Amino acid sequence: MWFRREAPRRKVQIAEGLWVKCDSCKEIIYRVEVERAGHVCPKCRYPFRITARDRLAQLVDPGSFEERNAGLTSADPLRFRDTKKYPDRLKAAREKTNLDEAVITGLGRIGGFPAAVAVFEFAFLGGSMGSVVGEKLARAIELAIDKHVPVVIVSASGGARMQEGILSLMQMAKTSAALERLGRSGLPYLSVLTDPTTGGVTASFAMLGDVILAEPRALIGFAGPRVIAETIRQPLPDGFQRSEFLLEHGQIDLIVERRDLKDTLTRLLAFFADQPDSVV
Amino acid sequence: MPDGLDFEQRLVALENELADLRAQEDSPQARERIARREEQLARERRRVYAGLTAWQRTQVARHPRRPHTRDLCRLLFDDFIELHGDRLYGDDPAIVGGLARFEGRSVVVVGHQKGRDTREKLARNFGMPHPEGYRKALRLLDLAEKFGKPVVTFVDTPGAYPGIGAEERGQAEAIARNLRAMAALRTPILAIVTGEGGSGGALAIGMGNRVLMLENSVYSVISPEGCAAILWGDAAKAPDAAELMRITATDLLGLGVIDEIVPEPLGGAHRDWEGTAEHMREALRRHLDALRGKSPDELLAERYEKFRRIGAFEEASLPPPR
Ligand SMILES: [Zn+2]
Repeated sequence: MWFRREAPRRKVQIAEGLWVKCDSCKEIIYRVEVERAGHVCPKCRYPFRITARDRLAQLVDPGSFEERNAGLTSADPLRFRDTKKYPDRLKAAREKTNLDEAVITGLGRIGGFPAAVAVFEFAFLGGSMGSVVGEKLARAIELAIDKHVPVVIVSASGGARMQEGILSLMQMAKTSAALERLGRSGLPYLSVLTDPTTGGVTASFAMLGDVILAEPRALIGFAGPRVIAETIRQPLPDGFQRSEFLLEHGQIDLIVERRDLKDTLTRLLAFFADQPDSVV
Repeated sequence: MPDGLDFEQRLVALENELADLRAQEDSPQARERIARREEQLARERRRVYAGLTAWQRTQVARHPRRPHTRDLCRLLFDDFIELHGDRLYGDDPAIVGGLARFEGRSVVVVGHQKGRDTREKLARNFGMPHPEGYRKALRLLDLAEKFGKPVVTFVDTPGAYPGIGAEERGQAEAIARNLRAMAALRTPILAIVTGEGGSGGALAIGMGNRVLMLENSVYSVISPEGCAAILWGDAAKAPDAAELMRITATDLLGLGVIDEIVPEPLGGAHRDWEGTAEHMREALRRHLDALRGKSPDELLAERYEKFRRIGAFEEASLPPPR
């Protein structure tokens, strides 16, 4: 579940200006150096959160991406209003991110291999999944079945979008069902988990990859760490719900550094693109 | 708060009075007083239950005397054999399931299980499953498919348990896998929200060809308390959050998320188990009959379309190149 408070206690992120402070090692670093490294700390290799556009640029072959269903926008089915109206939150998110919704979907090539690609934008209402995100993912997966190409989803999401209530929850069912169809068509799905991937996103399409990759030190889990700490009234173990913890507990396949992600995806796509020896 | 909810105080007082009257010696005057009280009671029940708020319904949905999954199994089925364990790690008492006979027909049953008294509540972890519970459910779904039996699920949980062990053993994966498995299951699934439909932990056994809700059950993406804490930093504002989120059976029917509301006797399921069971039997019979005639491919296609359609968005008039 994701929701931003009115006065968020924001983690120190890449601030505007010449110098930035790393969340992880607290070093003050020259901004250009961070950008050159693909938004990774040059001192400790901590991967900073990046925009969906930057992620696409890093992963998809130049000039190969055709965006689809960009024209889908959220309705306000519950007429949800707390301290702000939901449409006003959407408007602010659009202005902040220059995107219409929390996921970009389309067709592209990765290392020459065609794929349906979806990339989350965490800065858009925490990458939360409402009706539009669910619909865009389902359409991308259906398009992949249609074009007979694999699916690659890069998640960064706090989970279901509270402002669309139960309709958000049902997107978990919709996306999982679409992936079931993809699998039945013999097409692979590569799931890339980035910081953070939690809640209803983790508990649906994000954990259904034929191969599940994660960036180092990403927060990945079902419940958020604060909710767990409040429930069990105990401190959480070091590294709890980080990529390395999930790998150790058998929940993910690989941890891949950002600079190696495109190459790893390419090798995986090459594996799956090989003609099958026998078609069952 | 043992049995009486705050908005039911007058109702419970009348009920107690009536019970006292009935316990007294029989006389024409006593009979007359009983008749008068009964009339008063019926009026009061109508008054209270005609206009329940979303928050009041939430309290009814959580009422400790409400029939839980094992109660419903006793009430609805001629026979029920509970099966245990996920064959991987353990047996989660927060989800129960097994083999049942409904009016001469075999069905596989899975449901969340809450406790009634403190000891049982703890033993059942308040109906909040660990991954083992979802994996037990999955095993039973597979069993149903293998032998071509329909599945009936009872949804009644505050949510999947947020704990260290649950995360270590893949709570998210367990839920996700069930969603995919239900999308693929080649036998009918009938899901009934009987109490609290708490988020992904509820949906994880709730992807039916038909999804029904008992009249006073609720179903939401987050608990009203959780929502209130996030929105206003104050869980005490849960009643406002309950309204805001549209969580009642009527709301969900209007949003196209459920297919039908199963009525409860006036005064709620916790007052009349047999009356509740009567309504549920009728619904089970009708939906299982309708689903029995369908081929596996039809069942899959219908279930897909059902969830594929849910959502509300706008689309720019530019035709998508789909
Ligand atoms: Zn660093």
